[in-house]
Amino acid sequence: MKHLLSIDDLSTDEILQLFETAADMHDVQSREVKKLPALRGRTVVNMFFEDSTRTRSSFEIAGKWLSADVINVSAKGSSTSKGESLRDTVLTVCAMGVDGLVIRHPASGAAVQVSQWVDAAVVNAGDGMHEHPTQALLDAYTLQRHLGSLEGRHVAIIGDLTHSRVFRSNVQCLTRLGARVTVVAPPTLMPSGIGAWSAAAGFETSYDIDAVLPEADAVMMLRVQRERMSGAFFPSAREYTVGYGLTRNRLSLLKPDVPICHPGPMNRGLEIAADAADAAQSVVLEQVSGGLAIRMAVLYHLLAGDTWGGIA
Amino acid sequence: MSLVIKGASLLGQQTRDLYVDDAGVLVDEAPSGAETIDADGLVALPGLVDLHTHLREPGREDAETILTGSQAAALGGYTAVLAMANTSPVTDTAEAATRVWELGREAGLVHVQPVGAVTRGLAGEELAELGLMHRSRAAVNVFSDDGKCVHDARVMRRALEYVKAFGGVVSQHSQDPALAGPAACCHEGELSGRLGLPGWPGIAEEVIVARDVMLARHTGSRVHVAHVSTAGSVEVLRWAKARGIEVTAEVTPHHLLLTTDLLTGYDPTYKVNPPLRPQEDVDALREALTDGTIDAVATDHAPHARHDKEHAFVDAAFGMLGIETALGVVRTALPDLSWSDVARVMSTTPARIAGLAEQGRPLEPGSPAHVVLVDPDTAVTVDRDASASLSRNNPWHGRSLTSRVVHTVYGGRVTVRDGALA
Repeated sequence: MKHLLSIDDLSTDEILQLFETAADMHDVQSREVKKLPALRGRTVVNMFFEDSTRTRSSFEIAGKWLSADVINVSAKGSSTSKGESLRDTVLTVCAMGVDGLVIRHPASGAAVQVSQWVDAAVVNAGDGMHEHPTQALLDAYTLQRHLGSLEGRHVAIIGDLTHSRVFRSNVQCLTRLGARVTVVAPPTLMPSGIGAWSAAAGFETSYDIDAVLPEADAVMMLRVQRERMSGAFFPSAREYTVGYGLTRNRLSLLKPDVPICHPGPMNRGLEIAADAADAAQSVVLEQVSGGLAIRMAVLYHLLAGDTWGGIA
Repeated sequence: MSLVIKGASLLGQQTRDLYVDDAGVLVDEAPSGAETIDADGLVALPGLVDLHTHLREPGREDAETILTGSQAAALGGYTAVLAMANTSPVTDTAEAATRVWELGREAGLVHVQPVGAVTRGLAGEELAELGLMHRSRAAVNVFSDDGKCVHDARVMRRALEYVKAFGGVVSQHSQDPALAGPAACCHEGELSGRLGLPGWPGIAEEVIVARDVMLARHTGSRVHVAHVSTAGSVEVLRWAKARGIEVTAEVTPHHLLLTTDLLTGYDPTYKVNPPLRPQEDVDALREALTDGTIDAVATDHAPHARHDKEHAFVDAAFGMLGIETALGVVRTALPDLSWSDVARVMSTTPARIAGLAEQGRPLEPGSPAHVVLVDPDTAVTVDRDASASLSRNNPWHGRSLTSRVVHTVYGGRVTVRDGALA
């Protein structure tokens, strides 16, 4: 693996191997000295063309705990907005001897394109509405820690599917690991052509959250991305919540201890009620710590040489 | 310079010699002292006419100039091109149109016919000076806001009514801006859903085609549909033509051969407006061109400087090169299309739609000597670096295309000899 651009870049074995490495990395978090020497002498640039706090911080800490030199470049409003092409911008940064480039971009496919221009290993930290592979890995990793194997487990992904890179990566990752996935959204927030896509990829679709929740072994709520919406996708926030929100009343539909995920930031009161976000079975903060472990594992496998055998 | 074109097969049918006199007109008898072009095994067609070319001058001479675009056109077998109005400044005045026409004459390789904007600055609000552009030396007859749709129905109605006075035609870029959305860049379908690219649904084209057909019927005027891309639009055109509504339509070579699947790798070379569509649309377009529902092939040749394509896919410029390769693409997409039909859709009909009386004429005495000679049996592997265009956004690079343009003659002047600029 030279880059991590999509879940599709990973075999099932590689995903499971990443989880094993992540479990080791997870242990580092409880050490007094949170430092491994694995990436000493390596330089990682976090190049974010779009605002992000949690993902950027997670990659930054992951790199630093592995002893890499980590630089953050907030590329939003920088050279590309002055007319420079994306290619020139990333080539300029990479000319400084970068080993790994973690890229977040508001345009789908940007990370794929960048990987064709640079020699550095590229990690897709979210590209437009396309993919967010480390988020999917951390979600699956978190769920696996709760549920054991995901084989045959039923995961409901609910919310703004059209604009969600988290959904696009998760549906690949979870089905790859043997989970049964049902996605739920109003028709206006279902991606175009999802009928053919779901049939080919082996997941299910539904408009009825109340029918899906009682069957779910895990629930993944997605943020309603109002900033990406240029049209009338639903009549009102109130109607969305009534139709598709994980409300306090709907918590009672869930089987006991069903983990509730959310990639954050949460719109409390819109797609998820505070009671659900703060419920005992909410794993939102575990996703964050698991995310750090996953990103350490990804950087380690990409940058520490031929190391698919686990950490020393 | 007089010419004898020896042994050409006219429209792939009877073989005979063509004689061109010093004035650049086809004549009955061999002129004395004429240069001879050996056309044995070559098919002779009237010089090709492109209804839809972007030459980028004025404003973006780093991407193309009228000279380099003319060179590319000649290499593609063209003797006339219609230069779209979305330059900078926009071709929306008689002066601007005349300047483009003059630069075309100076280049002298093809007839460069300016297209005038329908609305001032392509803003879609006020009519440009349509009549003055028509009365200028450039004699503008085709008007288009191409790149943008004249989406206000009232403005479109007025434009259609106004150009009736002088027999003009409005060429529409059919794209409902609300239905397509501001970021639309990929055919809306399963692939756009998976790739997370903003979709450009076929219906956004079809509703405008349907509306404009009805406006043409209402006004009794002529509307031309630029770069038709969907099976639904074809249905509307078929319906309209059956009722005698004055509508014509063009299809690009790339919409006859390439499909939306090419976007899987996010390569902006394949980003074009309207977007590449699925195979079922491509099939419908081929059928419609063959049966005459679609009247013409037009290249939508859209050169872009390299840096304008080296952005993230949604931010990269729309468009691809096409004028040097159009004939080969059409022959590759539709190998059973007769040479007569190739001449009809790439020369005769486009010339008629554009009102270019000197172009697209039968190759017989009395016609201006605008001729292209094609080797039908040689395939060409496209090399983007061998292009005369200043740009390299060539979707055909590395592909093998059927038929090779060997010689082009424009008004009796050989502009391309043995596949190279003369």
